[in-house]
Amino acid sequence: MELISNNLPIVFAGLMAISILAYVILDGYDLGVGMLMARGDRSERDRMIATIGPFWDANETWLVLGIGLLLVAFPAAHGLVLTELYLPVALMLLGLTLRGVAFEFRVKAQTRFQNAWDRAFIGGSLLAAITQGYMLGRYIMGFQDGFWQEAFALAAGFGLAAAYTFVGSTWLIAKTEGELQARAVLWARASLLLTLAGMIAVSLATPLVSPRIFDRWFSFPNIIGLASIPLMTGALFLSLWIFLRRMPRTDHSLDLVPFLGAMALFTLGFLGLAYSFYPYIVPEKLTIRAAASATESLWIILLGAVFVLPFIAGYTAFSYYVFRGKARELRYD
Amino acid sequence: MDPILLARIQFGANISFHILFPTITIALGWVLLFFKLRFNATGNEAWMNAYRFWVKVFALSFALGVVSGITMSFQFGTNWPGFMEHVGNIAGPLLAYEVLTAFFLEATFLGIMLFGFRRVPGWAHTLATFLVAFGTTMSAFWILVLNSWMHTPAGFEMREGVAHATDWMAIIFNPSMPYRLGHMLLASGLTCAFLIAGLSAWRWLRQDRGEDVRLALRAGIWLAAALIPVQILVGDLHGLNTLEHQPAKVAAMEGNWETRGNVPLVLFAIPNERERRNDYAIEIPNGASLILKHEATGVVPGLNDFVGKHPPVAPVFYAFRIMVGMGMAMLALSWLGAFLLWRKGELPRLIAWGFVAMTFSGWVATLAGWYVTEIGRQPWLVTGVLTTAQAASTVPAGMIGTTLALYLAIYALLMIAYISVLFHLARKAGGPGTAPPPAYAVRLQAAE
Ligand code: HDD
Ligand code: HEM
Ligand code: HEM
Repeated sequence: MELISNNLPIVFAGLMAISILAYVILDGYDLGVGMLMARGDRSERDRMIATIGPFWDANETWLVLGIGLLLVAFPAAHGLVLTELYLPVALMLLGLTLRGVAFEFRVKAQTRFQNAWDRAFIGGSLLAAITQGYMLGRYIMGFQDGFWQEAFALAAGFGLAAAYTFVGSTWLIAKTEGELQARAVLWARASLLLTLAGMIAVSLATPLVSPRIFDRWFSFPNIIGLASIPLMTGALFLSLWIFLRRMPRTDHSLDLVPFLGAMALFTLGFLGLAYSFYPYIVPEKLTIRAAASATESLWIILLGAVFVLPFIAGYTAFSYYVFRGKARELRYD
Repeated sequence: MDPILLARIQFGANISFHILFPTITIALGWVLLFFKLRFNATGNEAWMNAYRFWVKVFALSFALGVVSGITMSFQFGTNWPGFMEHVGNIAGPLLAYEVLTAFFLEATFLGIMLFGFRRVPGWAHTLATFLVAFGTTMSAFWILVLNSWMHTPAGFEMREGVAHATDWMAIIFNPSMPYRLGHMLLASGLTCAFLIAGLSAWRWLRQDRGEDVRLALRAGIWLAAALIPVQILVGDLHGLNTLEHQPAKVAAMEGNWETRGNVPLVLFAIPNERERRNDYAIEIPNGASLILKHEATGVVPGLNDFVGKHPPVAPVFYAFRIMVGMGMAMLALSWLGAFLLWRKGELPRLIAWGFVAMTFSGWVATLAGWYVTEIGRQPWLVTGVLTTAQAASTVPAGMIGTTLALYLAIYALLMIAYISVLFHLARKAGGPGTAPPPAYAVRLQAAE
C-alpha cells in the first residue's frame, strides 16, 4: 500500500498509457476501415461497416477514458496540453462527430443522401486520423512553433493515418473473405510500407529534437538493452511483409495473424515513445509527478478501476466472441 | 468579444445539443426493454415490430449522444481549466466512475442489442437491452451527482483554494441530488413518451395502422399520462429544496423583488432589472406564498436581498415559465388522450394531431429546465466555492469564436438530418403507399 501510495502518479500514468494504446489499436482499426471505404463500392462499404459496427462505440470509449484519466490524475498537464492543441482537438472532434453519426445516417437517411453520408464517414475518419497524428507530432516536438516543427507534425499526421489504414486492412483480412479480402491484402501491403516510413521518421526525429532523449537511447549501456525495440520492430515488419505476400490463403485459419502482428507493431512503437518521454508527461516541461493531483482522490479512482476493469475486459471479450468469424450483413432482426 | 462569454456560449451550446439525445436514450432504453419483455411474454410479433422500429431511433439518438458527449468531455478541460484545478478532486472521481461503470457498459452491449438478435439466445438479447438501459441510467446518475454537487456542495473542505473530499457519501447524496436525479429521469421519460406518441400518431394519421403502431401509441400516451403528475409533484419539491439552498435563484424564477409576505404568483411579466420591478405583470394574489411556504402570508425571499449576487433575472424567469407551461400542456393533452383511448379505443384526429405537434415538447421543457438551473446558479459555477469567471480558460477569443461557429454549423446540420430521418423512418416503416397492409401480409410478416 505504502509503495503504491508513493507511486500513484506512476500507476496512473501506466493506466493512461494502457487506455491510449487500447484506443490507438481499437479505434485505429475502425478509423482505418473508415478511410479504406474510399476504395470500395456501395456493397463493399456495407460489408466493411459490418466488420466494425458492433465495436466502434466501445472502441471510442477508450479515448474518453484516456482523456478522463489525464484530466483527473494530471490536471496541470491536461490544461497545458489541451490549450496547446485547442484547434486540432476541435478538428478531431469534428471528424469523430461526422463519422460517428454517419454510421447511422448512411443507412437510415433518404436514399439520395446516403452517398453523402458515406463521404462524411470517410472524410471524418481521415480528419480524425490526421489530426491525432498531428497532435502526436506536436507533442513529440514539445509544442515548439516553427516551420520544420509544423511540417514534422503534419508528416506525423499522415504517418498515423497510414498506420490506422494498416490495422484497418489487417482487420478486414480477419473479418472478410473473397474478393474484398484479397483487396484488403493489397491495401495492407501498401499501408505497411507507408507505416514503416512514418515510424522511421518519428524514430529519427525524436532523439534529434531533444538531447535528453538522444542520451537516453544512445548512451552506454542503455543502448544494448534498448536495441531490442528497434530490432524487434524491424523483424516484425519483415515477417508481416513476407506473410502478407502469401495472402490471401484458401485456408482461413491464419486470417487473424496480420491483425495480431499490427497490434504488436503498435505496442512496440508505443513502448519506444513511452521510454523516450518518461518521466515527462509534457515533454521537457512537466514531469509525471509534478503534474499529479491529490492522492486521496486518485485512490478512490484506482479502487474503482481495479474492481471494474476486469468486468470491462470480460464483457468486451464476450462481445468479440459473439461477433466472431467473418462479418456478413448488419441486421437489426 | 469577451473570451469568457464566448467560452460560456460554446459550452452552453454544446451541452444543450448533447442533452437532447441522452434525454431520449435514457428512457427509450427502458421502453425497449418493456417491448421486448411484452414480446417474450405474449409471443405477439407486433411487440417485436415496435421494438425493431424504435431500436433504430435509439441507435440514431445514441450515436448523436455519444459524439456530442465526447465533445463535452474535452470541453471540460478546454473551456474550464480552472474547474478541474479547484474542484478536480471531487469532479474527477465522479467523472471517472461514469466512464468506468456506465460508458463501457452501454457502448459494449449496444452492439449486441442492435446486431446480436440472431447471434445470442433470446434471454441474452433481453439482458443486453437491460444492460444498455441500466448503463444510460447510471451515466445520468453520476453526471447528475456532479451537477447537483455544483449546485449544493457538501462533504468537502477547502485547503489553499482547492477542494478536498472529506465524506464521499455526503458528496454523492448532496442535498439537491435526489430531486435533480428524479426530475431529470422523469423528464427523460416524458420526452421519450411524447416522442413515441407523436411519431406513432403521425403514422396512424397516415393510415399506417399496423398493430405495432397502435401498441406504441398507447404505450406512449399511457406513459406520458402516468409520469406527468409525478413530474409536477417532484418539480414542486425540487423548487422547495432550491428555496432552501439557492434562494436567489427562486427569487429570479418567481420574479419577486422584495422579501415579503403575501407574494403573488406572477403568471407573466417582463422583468425590468434596471428599475428592479416587473412590467405588465399578470398575477394570482398570494400564489407564490402558497406554493413556496404553503400559507397565504408566507414570506418569500426577494431579489433585492442579493443585489449584485443574483443571476440575470429575465432568462431564468422566462425559461421557468416555458418549462412549467409545457408541463401543463403535457398534463392536459396526455390525460385527454388517455381518457379517450380508454373510453373510445381510438383517438379523434384532432387529438392525434395534438400529439404530433407535441412530439418534441419534452426537449423544449428539458432545455428550459436546464437553463433555469444553470443560469440560475450564476455567478457561481460551484455555489459559494468557485465563480464561473475564476474557472475560465486562457484560450484567445478568436480561437473560441472560430470553433464555436464550426460547432454551431455542424449541430444545425445534424439537427435537420436527425429530425428529417426520424420522419423518414416513420414513413418508410409504413411501407410504400400508406394504405393499411392486407391481412395476409400481416400474417406473413408474423410468420417470418
Ligand atoms: C442526464 C443525463 C446526462 C447529462 C446531464 C450528460 N450526459 Fe453525457 N451521456 C449521457 C447522459 C448524460 C448518456 C445517456 O449516458 C449518453 C447519451 C447517449 C449515450 O450514448 O450515452 C451520454 C454520452 C456521453 C459520452 C459518450 C459516452 C460513450 O462513448 O458511450 C460522453 C463522453 C459524455 N456523455 C460526457 C458528458 C459530459 C462531460 C457531460 C456534462 C458536462 C454530460 N455528458 C452530460
Ligand atoms: C445537460 C443539461 C445541461 C444544460 C442544457 C446546461 C446548460 C448550461 C448553460 C445554458 C450554461 C450557461 C449558463 C450561463 O453562462 O449563463 C451552463 C453552464 C455550465 N454548466 Fe451546464 N448544463 C447542463 C448540464 C450540466 C452538467 C451535467 C454539468 C456538470 C457536471 C454542467 C456544468 C456546467 C458548467 C461547467 C458551466 C459553465 C458555467 C457557464 O457557462 O456559465 N452543466 N450550462
Ligand atoms: C410543471 C411543473 C414543473 C415544475 C414545478 C418544475 C420545477 C422545476 C424547478 C423548480 C427546477 C429548478 C431546479 C433548480 O432550482 O435548480 C426545474 C428544473 C428542471 N426541470 Fe422542471 N418542473 C416542472 C416541469 C418539468 C417538465 C415537464 C420537464 C421536462 C419534461 C422538466 C425538466 C426539468 C429539467 C431537465 C430541469 C433541470 C435539471 C434539474 O435541476 O433537475 N420540468 N424544474
